Amino acid sequence: MNRKVSSGILIAFLLASLLPIYWMLNMSLKTNEEIVGVLSLWPQQLTFANYHTIFTDASWYSGYINSMIYVALNMVMSVTVALPAAYAFSRYNFVGDKHLFFWLLTNRMTPPAVFLVPFFQLYSTVGLMDTHLAVALAHMVFNVPLAVWILEGFMSGVPKEIDETAYIDGYSFPRFFIRIFLPMIKSGIGVTAFFCFMFSWVELLLARTLTSVNAKPIAATMTRTVSAAGMDWGVLAAAGVLTIVPGALVIWFVRHYIAKGFAMGRV
Amino acid sequence: MKTDNNRAWFLILPVLLCVAFSAILPLMTVVNYSVQDILSPTQKVFVGVEWFRMVMQDGDLHSALLRQLLFSGSVLAIQIPLGILIALCMPADGWKASLSLVLIALPLLIPWNVVGTIWQIFGRGDIGLMGYSLNQLGVDYNYNGNSLDAWLTVMVMDIWHWTPLVVLLCYAGLRAIPDAYYQAARIDGASRLAVFRYIQLPKLRNVLMIAVLLRFMDSFMIYTEPFVLTGGGPGNATTFLSQYLTQKAVGQFDLGPASAFSLIYFLIILLFCFALYTWMQRVGTGDQK
Amino acid sequence: MARIELIDLAHAYKPDPSTPSDYALRPMSMTWRDGGAYALLGPSGCGKTTLLNIISGLVKPSHGKVLFDGKDVTQLPTEARNIAQVFQFPVIYDTMTVHDNLAFPLRNRGWKDAEVKKRVQQVAQMLELTGDLKMRASGLSVDAKQKISLGRGLVRPDVAAVLFDEPLTVIDPHLKWLLRRKLKEIHHELKLSLIYVTHDQVEALTFADEVVVMTQGEVVQTGSAQALFETPAHTFVGYFIGNPGMNLFDCTLDDGRAIVAGQALALNDAARAALTGASGKITLGIRPEFVECVDGASAASDTVQATVLAVRNMGTHYLAEFRLGSQTVAARLRSIDKVATTAPGQGVRLRFPPERTLYYVNDKRVA
Repeated sequence: MNRKVSSGILIAFLLASLLPIYWMLNMSLKTNEEIVGVLSLWPQQLTFANYHTIFTDASWYSGYINSMIYVALNMVMSVTVALPAAYAFSRYNFVGDKHLFFWLLTNRMTPPAVFLVPFFQLYSTVGLMDTHLAVALAHMVFNVPLAVWILEGFMSGVPKEIDETAYIDGYSFPRFFIRIFLPMIKSGIGVTAFFCFMFSWVELLLARTLTSVNAKPIAATMTRTVSAAGMDWGVLAAAGVLTIVPGALVIWFVRHYIAKGFAMGRV
Repeated sequence: MKTDNNRAWFLILPVLLCVAFSAILPLMTVVNYSVQDILSPTQKVFVGVEWFRMVMQDGDLHSALLRQLLFSGSVLAIQIPLGILIALCMPADGWKASLSLVLIALPLLIPWNVVGTIWQIFGRGDIGLMGYSLNQLGVDYNYNGNSLDAWLTVMVMDIWHWTPLVVLLCYAGLRAIPDAYYQAARIDGASRLAVFRYIQLPKLRNVLMIAVLLRFMDSFMIYTEPFVLTGGGPGNATTFLSQYLTQKAVGQFDLGPASAFSLIYFLIILLFCFALYTWMQRVGTGDQK
Repeated sequence: MARIELIDLAHAYKPDPSTPSDYALRPMSMTWRDGGAYALLGPSGCGKTTLLNIISGLVKPSHGKVLFDGKDVTQLPTEARNIAQVFQFPVIYDTMTVHDNLAFPLRNRGWKDAEVKKRVQQVAQMLELTGDLKMRASGLSVDAKQKISLGRGLVRPDVAAVLFDEPLTVIDPHLKWLLRRKLKEIHHELKLSLIYVTHDQVEALTFADEVVVMTQGEVVQTGSAQALFETPAHTFVGYFIGNPGMNLFDCTLDDGRAIVAGQALALNDAARAALTGASGKITLGIRPEFVECVDGASAASDTVQATVLAVRNMGTHYLAEFRLGSQTVAARLRSIDKVATTAPGQGVRLRFPPERTLYYVNDKRVA
């Protein structure tokens, strides 16, 4: 397969991949009349009114803010608890370690739908319904196992001799961990944070179940675009486009780590 | 080498507490409900394995399971080879590589309901490019009314959505192959196909295993995207297992059978993953770490 | 098997190299005879791998030409040059058996099955791999895998040269010796041109007919092990080869004698002629093997006074260190009877035999 064929296939795939996204972008810049009136490949009458609606209507933009809050919470919490656990798995044998690791992975295998009703009851009981914390906690079910898995892979790449040298030099464990060990797995932490962000940002079944008003994510808001005048396609499309933007920015910043990270240090 | 130290449990404690709160407690509830008949908040009757028996005999469940298996099998059969192919086509370094990576990864970062919405719009005959174009070409395409169209649309949507994951995994795997192997292959006079078959594919084994397991798990648990796109229809043509469960649990509020089914659902995934993992390990024997 | 000629070969990464330090490989010309075994020896970063890659075709040199048997191959890619290369780690096809690994290059060239089998048997026997032929290559030990890598290069009868890039790096020390011996056997039997890159002088000196010593992109000397040992043409060669390396002292010329650490040493006529009027740094070099201890009372013109630093009994010889002025002299002595006492600080008389004492001006040997 020579260079030309490769490039051709890749470009064809990219075009097919980006076309639906482009179509939504296209729609977001049109008026509703134009959308239902004539099918055009680019806006005949360019308008930013749809975006204006979203940026000025609190019920719309609060959805984005809510999502970003619980995603950020989840990232911080997942990485923080996963770090010591990954270290333990990487450096020590202890009673039940293999079973524990496996159990952690099974949490990733549980359909979120299974948790719907129990979560609803559990979080209602502890009074966490409709809070950002609730969604962040709920998302930890599948993010923490992933975080532990990825971090353990990166940590195993750091030789044990470094730990031992630090103890001989008189470091206490917390000081060693924070000042010496963490900087060595910087890219691993970055990769893990990226994945936690990704899977939390995109997950909506649990996020919608656990929230109603205060912490409502953008997903739930997007269902209410039907009004007396008919379906507000333009605003819906604009809302959709805006949900892609944070993700695109994050990928751009971690683009050097994406390929490395997807190997999860284990390739 | 790892040392034996049970005090490592202290390091695990935070994880345990968080996940236990979010996973064990709810699961206990599920197990609890699965063996009881809840007539009212105060009236609960222990029914043993009654729900399990009922669920296993439910014809609707069987249909949903079959549809799910067909769906997962089909998308996997397309996503894995396609992902490998695209990864092979990507440049190894430079700005083109960075750009391709970002563009390819884009579908992965779209909230799942937006994915459904994008395709919902895209496939419509009146305002969607794909629907409109197909109709113009004379194809009678309607994903709301026609079961086959609905199936195909859901499949294309999933392939569009998740192939990038396979691509990124395989891309990482390919970059890990030292140049020396390709040089040696050139010296040996190997054809391009031989390079793929004897060098690249064997070295991608670990990565492909991760890809197959992840994709199988996630496609088996899929809910939001098809729900937004087709709502499970027409009829129940595209109602897969997660939606079936949600209908039972939330729609009909039949907690007992729903809980029983939840446990069965989870066990099915666990068994399949275990079987897949063992099979793939056996297929690629020889290498000892 | 091919005669390899390097004509005005140089490589610089920058487009317009002006100073010597711009070059990764400084201009050099050399001819390697068909069937010779050559080692490229030098520390990391000296340019030996660059030179190897130019010969194999992985790197196109910025200046000069490479000829195989008179044919200009400078612009040809690796696969067209008919060479074989063994890398630092074993490169094998994991999914194939040992037999199929060895057969691969032949099958790709359209050989018939019967001939393939015969040739593979031959090579396997030479490498002592016959028992493993049916096994999966990925399950074997590291040194066996390197043998397979080598075997794939040897299996083609028309291969021009076999290039080795530090191939014993991952091999256990006690197996290195076996593999080195195997390489020499193969060289003897097949009479191939072999080029071996290494930073280990023992490997280089035992393996090659001629060693090319390099440092900082420059070829400083080419010669047999004996020539490199006894008459190093460059202070670097003196220092790098030998264990311990050559003793090197700054010295000045005064009144027809060499002054080292304030003491005078007589010069023979040739040395005096070469050094008189020389401008630049003068260095005196003598190998530890040739330093002698003489009677403390002697004051011969080829001796100097030094003090003992340490004397270690190594079993077969003594390794002594003496202080001469501000510098240290290392010496390998057969016996220590001439050393009055081995206590540190004791005075001792050292003799530098004139026929073994070498002089360098600006690091290049003049006498």
